[in-house]
Amino acid sequence: MAVMMKHDECLRVLARHVTDADIVLPVYSTAFEWVDIRPHPLNYLSHGAMGLASSHALGLALGRPDKRVIVLDGDGSLLMNLGSLVTIGAEAPPNLHHFVCQNGTYEANGGHPIPGRGRVDFAGFARSAGYRAVHEFSDLKIFEQQIGAVLSEPGPVFVDLKITPSGPQERDYTRLHGPHVRKAFRDALATL
Amino acid sequence: MQQGASANIRKPEGLQGRGIIAEIKASRIEFVISVPDITTSEGLLRPLSQATTPRLIRVCKEDEGVGICAGLSYTGRRSLLLIQQTGLLDSINAVRGVAVEYGLPICMMVGLLEKEPGVPPTQSRRYGVRIVEPILDAMGIAYHEIEADADVAKIRPAIDEAYAKSWPVVLLIGKRPSDGRHDEA
Repeated sequence: MAVMMKHDECLRVLARHVTDADIVLPVYSTAFEWVDIRPHPLNYLSHGAMGLASSHALGLALGRPDKRVIVLDGDGSLLMNLGSLVTIGAEAPPNLHHFVCQNGTYEANGGHPIPGRGRVDFAGFARSAGYRAVHEFSDLKIFEQQIGAVLSEPGPVFVDLKITPSGPQERDYTRLHGPHVRKAFRDALATL
Repeated sequence: MQQGASANIRKPEGLQGRGIIAEIKASRIEFVISVPDITTSEGLLRPLSQATTPRLIRVCKEDEGVGICAGLSYTGRRSLLLIQQTGLLDSINAVRGVAVEYGLPICMMVGLLEKEPGVPPTQSRRYGVRIVEPILDAMGIAYHEIEADADVAKIRPAIDEAYAKSWPVVLLIGKRPSDGRHDEA
């Protein structure tokens, strides 16, 4: 597990397996990478408060069981809402795939370390919360080989991605929180 | 933002849980998301947990429920967050960001723990009860006091309005609704 994947390279691999029908909820630094890699109206970018992406994802998965919902969480964000793992495990939506991009830092808030960096076992949390399948990836080649199959599994599926930052980012938050973003999502979801 | 509630102390009256649940169903609520609350435990949450509709989603913390309701709102499915005022207070940032700043129809039914029957929330001796309505006023969130059977008729219009305007609403449950076995009036 010592090898780590570069953040943007990892997301580019994932994007090749995401379809036009999928809803994707990326957070913070992942969101800024993702909107460039996969610009799409079914990107759900406005979460309102740190940590809530997985809860928004559960609502979407319950409300639209016909669509695959992919949340790209951060490790700092998930630590703020660990209870959502238990709630998702209990509700067991088969269309929910929950990724955590684990870089050990609050990357969008100054790069400070998360509590318990290097010791926290997110995969273990998800496993004990009742996720149907749990995976960990730290090697890009292995991730590339297996991600297609992982996305085909019935959820809830949890995937821990061990990543390193991809470099400096320009963070224009209106790209995530602007009203036009939510309107585009709402309009797209209504027609698909 | 208070609508239709008396500012004066009034004689405590009956409040039946089944009447509230009937209005929740009539409001086309498909999901109830809840953390248990002692005020609404027996009269609302218990019977809701034994019914097949609306679907009950048990969450670990109230702000999770704000996110779930938001996600559901985009899919056109109506939901209600059933919590205690302590949970509302704990979720203020989520309500601020998700419900108010994004303008989403997050509907909350909030049990007022330890509010004295017949006493308006703002006149309660309990600090945690007294501050609820001023906070909602400051946030620009509409609220309605539900403390007697006559108040139950406020529920459906309040929820319909929240969805029509895409704006949050709070229904404050001021006493324990009866569970059909005991009359607490």
